[in-house]
Amino acid sequence: MLSYIVKRLLLMIPTLLVISILVFVIIQLPPGDYLESHIAELQSQGESVDQDKIKFLRQEYGLDKPFHEQYFIWAIGMLHGDFGYSFEYDLPVREVVGNRMFLTIMISVVTIIFTWVIAFPIGIYSATHQYSWGDYGLSFLGFIGLATPNFLLALVMLYLANVYFGTSIGGLMAPQYIDQPWSWGKLQSVLEHLWIPVIVIGTSGTAGMIRRLRANLLDELQKQYVTTARAKGMKENKLVRKYPLRMALNFFIADIGSLLPSVISGAEITAIVLSLPTTGPMLLTALQSQDMYLAGSFLMFLAMLTVIGVLVSDLLLAAIDPRIRLQGEIAK
Amino acid sequence: MNVLDIRNLKVVFQLHDGLLPVVRDISFKIPYGKTVALVGESGSGKSVTALAIMRILPKIAQISGGEILLQPDPNQGVTDIALLKADSEQMRGIRGGKISMIFQEPMASLSPLHTIGNQISECVLLHQDVNSSQATKLTLDMLDMVGFPDPNRALKTFPFELSGGLRQRAMIAAALVCRPALLVADEPTTALDVTIQAQILKLIKDLQQELHMAVLLITHDLGVVANIADEVVVMYHGEVMESGSVHEIYSNPRHPYLKALLQAVPHFDMKPGERLTPVREIETKLGHLLLSGGQSQKMQAQKAQSDTKPPNTIHLSVKKVFRTFSIRNKPLFGKSDNRIIRAVDDVSFDVLRGECFGLVGESGCGKTTLSKILMKALQPDSGSITYFDSEQEIGQEIAPGIALGIDVLALEHEQLFDFRRKMQFIFQDPFSSLNPRMTVYDIIREPLVIHNVGDRAYQVEMVKELMRLVGLDPRCLSRYPHSFSGGQRQRLGIARALALRPEFIICDEPVSALDVSIQAQVLNLLKDLQSELNLTYIFISHNLAVVDYIADRIAVMCHGCLVEIALKEELFNNPVHPYTKALLSAVPFPDLNKPLDFDAVMDGKSSVPSAWPMPYTQTPHTQTQLTAVAPEHYVQTQVA
Repeated sequence: MLSYIVKRLLLMIPTLLVISILVFVIIQLPPGDYLESHIAELQSQGESVDQDKIKFLRQEYGLDKPFHEQYFIWAIGMLHGDFGYSFEYDLPVREVVGNRMFLTIMISVVTIIFTWVIAFPIGIYSATHQYSWGDYGLSFLGFIGLATPNFLLALVMLYLANVYFGTSIGGLMAPQYIDQPWSWGKLQSVLEHLWIPVIVIGTSGTAGMIRRLRANLLDELQKQYVTTARAKGMKENKLVRKYPLRMALNFFIADIGSLLPSVISGAEITAIVLSLPTTGPMLLTALQSQDMYLAGSFLMFLAMLTVIGVLVSDLLLAAIDPRIRLQGEIAK
Repeated sequence: MNVLDIRNLKVVFQLHDGLLPVVRDISFKIPYGKTVALVGESGSGKSVTALAIMRILPKIAQISGGEILLQPDPNQGVTDIALLKADSEQMRGIRGGKISMIFQEPMASLSPLHTIGNQISECVLLHQDVNSSQATKLTLDMLDMVGFPDPNRALKTFPFELSGGLRQRAMIAAALVCRPALLVADEPTTALDVTIQAQILKLIKDLQQELHMAVLLITHDLGVVANIADEVVVMYHGEVMESGSVHEIYSNPRHPYLKALLQAVPHFDMKPGERLTPVREIETKLGHLLLSGGQSQKMQAQKAQSDTKPPNTIHLSVKKVFRTFSIRNKPLFGKSDNRIIRAVDDVSFDVLRGECFGLVGESGCGKTTLSKILMKALQPDSGSITYFDSEQEIGQEIAPGIALGIDVLALEHEQLFDFRRKMQFIFQDPFSSLNPRMTVYDIIREPLVIHNVGDRAYQVEMVKELMRLVGLDPRCLSRYPHSFSGGQRQRLGIARALALRPEFIICDEPVSALDVSIQAQVLNLLKDLQSELNLTYIFISHNLAVVDYIADRIAVMCHGCLVEIALKEELFNNPVHPYTKALLSAVPFPDLNKPLDFDAVMDGKSSVPSAWPMPYTQTPHTQTQLTAVAPEHYVQTQVA
């Protein structure tokens, strides 16, 4: 197992390397750079532009260097934890992102847990009570959840939260805690606000997961080994948990790899509507204004999460499925 | 005294458009310690009866009448299972405790994610008041009893690490660990090789005596019934056609269905030229398109020629073919080990024009790999395959009788594409070999479209002709495969294989997925087509009786190696190689006077080349070759 983990970790290096090159190419693809769009913006506002200053800035940020040199500066910097400099905020990327990253991760993790907690019992119920009224009702709700756009749900939830619970609209905490150090009160306020984005972001994922869990479990429930277990005289509940559910877990674990990035990117629009202080809105503006180091770091962060997610799901799969753990592959 | 007494049992399926009776008013008894065989083809309701006894019927099925009286012990009271609630505590106690069940597919019946030990001891923990270490002890005893060489190790193995035979042994262990009064065995050996089948039957028989239990054996194999059953119940369309002691049934079958069933099974005692009589006969019609055309005119001419001289021209010649697979077993824990499997090991043989060459062997012996190599679907490591074309044979004879061959393995691109028309394949599984999203018309026409044969009118005509040829109504052409039965689907597969008018057909276990009654239909069809269209077959099967019925010459394959090749009569009358002998002795006859010699069933050793006696022993260090022991009879022996 250890050698497998080491091998997987080593494999991450070339993967991330290729991703970083792709990311850098993509953020460089639009014509011009941050300074050019900045100049254009200034000129449209009728302000004069000091050409010497522009030249100085360009040199300062290394924008006049050839493409590959810029890439190496960026990539090597990242290895030291230096993600570059955000033009827009006039701050190092790390400082701009830091706090938001924490909140983003928090929302994502809570959303994932929310998805699982809701989806699992409902999926199991739907599969074991196929074509019952309960199954139909829950499927109906699930489809509504799948079909409702996140931003619409966000607006509705905001309204409801404000009218019935008196929670302040938007944001992740009450206004007085913004930019304050962490405290009990702040945490409480965050938790109070958290449920709206979690429901909004998690709903479609939950609905999707219910459908997939139901379908997978239904397939497994038809299998011969379930009949065998029944013939042994096992209780139905225990049987479902021990055999088919265990088999249906595989898809679910394999899903983790794509879950992390999809939750985070799915959260972006919602974050803008809810004006959450997470990374989503920032990525959007960074891309629009060609704030390349900021955008690049975000994209790298998402890629990193994907790679880690896949690693986690692979290791978990190997841990719970003996067929993956023990069976050799046949080489051609 | 009966452990189980079924009286007027009725089971119905609740369908959208009403109730469908599946089991209609059946009654039979299972005496203590005896084996009752429930015989019938698929769809006859025998499995539903078994599930009803266990009360694990699917949701759409329900018992609509009758009694299932269980008396696990002569001193105990009688319980009517039909009256209990399916998931009640009492029924759960009976299930697995008093009556237990084993199934056809040992792989699918065991959970792949739990160890054998876990799945067996689970039964003990469910039904007996023991702690887990006592349960493990009982499990170990049971594993030992069903013949696991190392029970301690077996406890921790997963089903996929075991062979089919050992998996079925594990299933039996799980079923018997609670010492039930009745074992319901639903086709327990159908998915197994003959030698393994004989071992499992012997095991069930032995355990039955040791544990004093009754067995309800569900099967369609009358050979198995003759060897193991005390009483027989024959079911057809949900009704009991005939029942009685096994002697009565075999010596004096009364019901026409049973008689038909007995006649539909191929067996070794058939007279030359004797035909099987399928339970339901199909009508086939040969059309003009398949017979006309340049190629088949030559074939006709040839046929006329071959009447005068014996047909001994070689159609396909296989020389020294090797194919290895390396298995990279790299467990996440522990050391990796690289093994090389010789799937096809120095195989040479010739197939004559117009003959049916049988290839017999157990699963994993390499027969399917070999067939793929012949089709050039898989490249061998070394060796040559030469195909002799009929057209060339007439035009370009180098010397009398010696034709210019096509080197199959060297064919590339267009040449290979053209060659495909000469050699076609009939697959084992009629369900997965037909695309469920294509109509029958599209399926049969597809080869014609791919090879751009004829115009549309010709193709339509050809497809219709092919349908009639395999005995299906051309009006069904717009249907999809799912509306056909297994036998009909296999006939569609045959029609597709014939669409390009090939001369050479490889049949890979074409009847092993079919019922006996359907099997006879398809075998007869293949036989007729061969003589009418002058085809050459390679017929691959694990069933010796089937090969005996259809083949002219037979090659026996074991561990990638041909161990014996001989004419059919010679092989069956005078088998030389120990493996051939073991195979022949393991085939159960549907005849009470020829019981299986259970003591001769070597415990799995018959298929271990190093355990064969001299001079047949094969180890990695010995050299063997095919040696003639009689005219046209070759046996693999050690080179001195």
